[in-house]
Amino acid sequence: MSEPAPPTEFRGWGRTAPSVGRPVSATAAEVAEVVRRAGPRGLIARGLGRSYGDPAQNAGGDVLLPLPTGIGEVAADGTVRVSAGTSLHDLMAALLPRGRFVPVTPGTRYVTVGGAIACDVHGKSHHVTGSFGRQVVDLDLVVGSGETRTVGPDRDPDLFWATVGGLGLTGVITAATLRTIPVETAYAEVTTQRLANLDEVMREMREGDRNFTYSVAWIDTLARGAALGRSVLSRGEHATRDRVGARDPLAPPRPPRVTVPVTPPVNLVTPLGVRAFNEAWFRKAPRHRTGEIQSLAQFFHPLDGIAGWNRAYGPRGFVQYQLVVPDGEDDALVRILERIAAARLPCFLAVLKRFGPGNDGPLSFPLAGWTLAYDVPAHPDLVPLLAWLDEQVVAAGGRVYLAKDSRLHPALLPAMYPRLDEFRAVRERVDPGRVFRSDLARRLEI
Amino acid sequence: MLNALGQPQTVLLLGGTSDIALATARAWARSGDLHVVLAARPGPRRDAAVADLEHAGATVDPVDFEAEALDTHAALVAGIDRDIDVALVAFGVLGDEERAWQDHDAAVHLATVNYTAPVSVGVCLAERLTRQGHGVIVALSSVAGERVRRSNFVYGSSKAGMDGFYLGLGEALRGTGARVLVVRPGFVRTKMTQGRDPAPLSVDADDVAAAIVRGVANGDDLIWVPAALRGVMSGLRHVPRALFRKLPL
Repeated sequence: MSEPAPPTEFRGWGRTAPSVGRPVSATAAEVAEVVRRAGPRGLIARGLGRSYGDPAQNAGGDVLLPLPTGIGEVAADGTVRVSAGTSLHDLMAALLPRGRFVPVTPGTRYVTVGGAIACDVHGKSHHVTGSFGRQVVDLDLVVGSGETRTVGPDRDPDLFWATVGGLGLTGVITAATLRTIPVETAYAEVTTQRLANLDEVMREMREGDRNFTYSVAWIDTLARGAALGRSVLSRGEHATRDRVGARDPLAPPRPPRVTVPVTPPVNLVTPLGVRAFNEAWFRKAPRHRTGEIQSLAQFFHPLDGIAGWNRAYGPRGFVQYQLVVPDGEDDALVRILERIAAARLPCFLAVLKRFGPGNDGPLSFPLAGWTLAYDVPAHPDLVPLLAWLDEQVVAAGGRVYLAKDSRLHPALLPAMYPRLDEFRAVRERVDPGRVFRSDLARRLEI
Repeated sequence: MLNALGQPQTVLLLGGTSDIALATARAWARSGDLHVVLAARPGPRRDAAVADLEHAGATVDPVDFEAEALDTHAALVAGIDRDIDVALVAFGVLGDEERAWQDHDAAVHLATVNYTAPVSVGVCLAERLTRQGHGVIVALSSVAGERVRRSNFVYGSSKAGMDGFYLGLGEALRGTGARVLVVRPGFVRTKMTQGRDPAPLSVDADDVAAAIVRGVANGDDLIWVPAALRGVMSGLRHVPRALFRKLPL
């Protein structure tokens, strides 16, 4: 275990609300000591910093950097033991040549396994596979006393499920056993549809998602009136070997090809540019195309091709508002999109997806219904719009995703996460001294 | 914590009955849940300030504060349980300009309240916010300190001193997570300036409050209110003394 490095500024992916903490590097064996030595402002484990807001920073306290990568052999039952500091990029690079893949991947593969569990991340397959937590067989957790607990869905399930989506507040995840799935190729066979409005895309997803493992729609939040919610729906399956032709069938994902090297002094995501981009993106999409072969990286992680794309929003950064409203609350989604469209804010990245049922995690985000993720430049003028969206989401029985959040007020948290007290009870059991703290936990008074 | 849109959750008002401090707290309270630690001398003015902020939707915790009681400042700052997201250093006196340089007690009083006491709380706040790893100190300076003039030079010199201290403190705190925002208003129509003729470009407390809210959200370190004063003062700073003397300022 190295001596603590000098205080360092940490931010989330949205680059808003920085704070300064002490970075700590350690191996899995040293985590217990790091936990025991944590000072009065506590400790939080940080992955690759892809959460948008403040869950992986700890002002005035310790910030445990990712543990070293470690990937075991794939067992006969298809499971693999990995260090929590392993990135999904490295895991995919190790699995693909063996003809395996992860059943759940978020929109970036630059997240750690520990972070993926702590945020209970989801991907285009949620309606089939559930979120990341459902693919975890067991995990090792260093709790507040410094002891290691091995937990799983049938081994201290309360602690396991509190840790899934628990934002690192139950302890430090050091290792996990994950399920993997067999794949013939490193490619997806993709069906793309251009849909003229929200009604069409919702109907198509409601009726057709069951025929695909992967499904997500890019949505133009600037379109109004009859074109409200016009979308490009992209759905797919793992491509079979006979479909990929002469390509290297199990090529691992490549590192980013382009980098945004510095933060420009101004936000480059401007209303005019975004309107032009959205128009072009929608028009260039095929009306209905089937059988297109895309690499898994292209299909799942298109933005990973540009390292540091978040810098384009300039020094002020950006906010992603991701909400879910339960099935039967389609009207709430329509109202929300109408309001977003009326706000005319520059958003080139908004996605709509149908979730399958949620899991037992009291702080896990997904629940059966519609989820919408909306990226916009951070600005104080957003306050009333996002407050209005919060109200609509709560009234519909939905919630916002804490791994994306950077501005929710604590008063709304119990309404969005009604099982918050169950989470607190588990934490009280494993971390009565509140070693595990983050800026998000302080902000939301978790 | 200060959130991604620059909204604080807990604000410390030092000189909590000042019109500008109250207007700023009201502005934050309007847009979200706000807890205010209102540090001021006990009495009816503080009671009214508490009621005012509670009416605006904030929860308020009044604490006793005496600017000239320098040895009480450390305990006051250390005694606040919650993280301080923003501390507003808003106390100060204008005094009678002519008395202020001819009456020894008046001069020392003004210099203590406007310079020594802000330095005293500044040191305490810097230590506290560094330990927190986050937080903003907002120091209410004045354009009067930017080019000190004959008509109110004791006040102006005290503001020049505190302005310099807080700008320097902001530099010293770089890399700690704590930040400093120095605010230089021009003539503000408040109870402090009641009965005086407003200067050109004068503003209300609400204008200063709006500028502070924006400045904190933007991560600024120095602002003028109104913003146009920046250019005006930049010019005035370079006017030769012989000419400056003749200006009706």
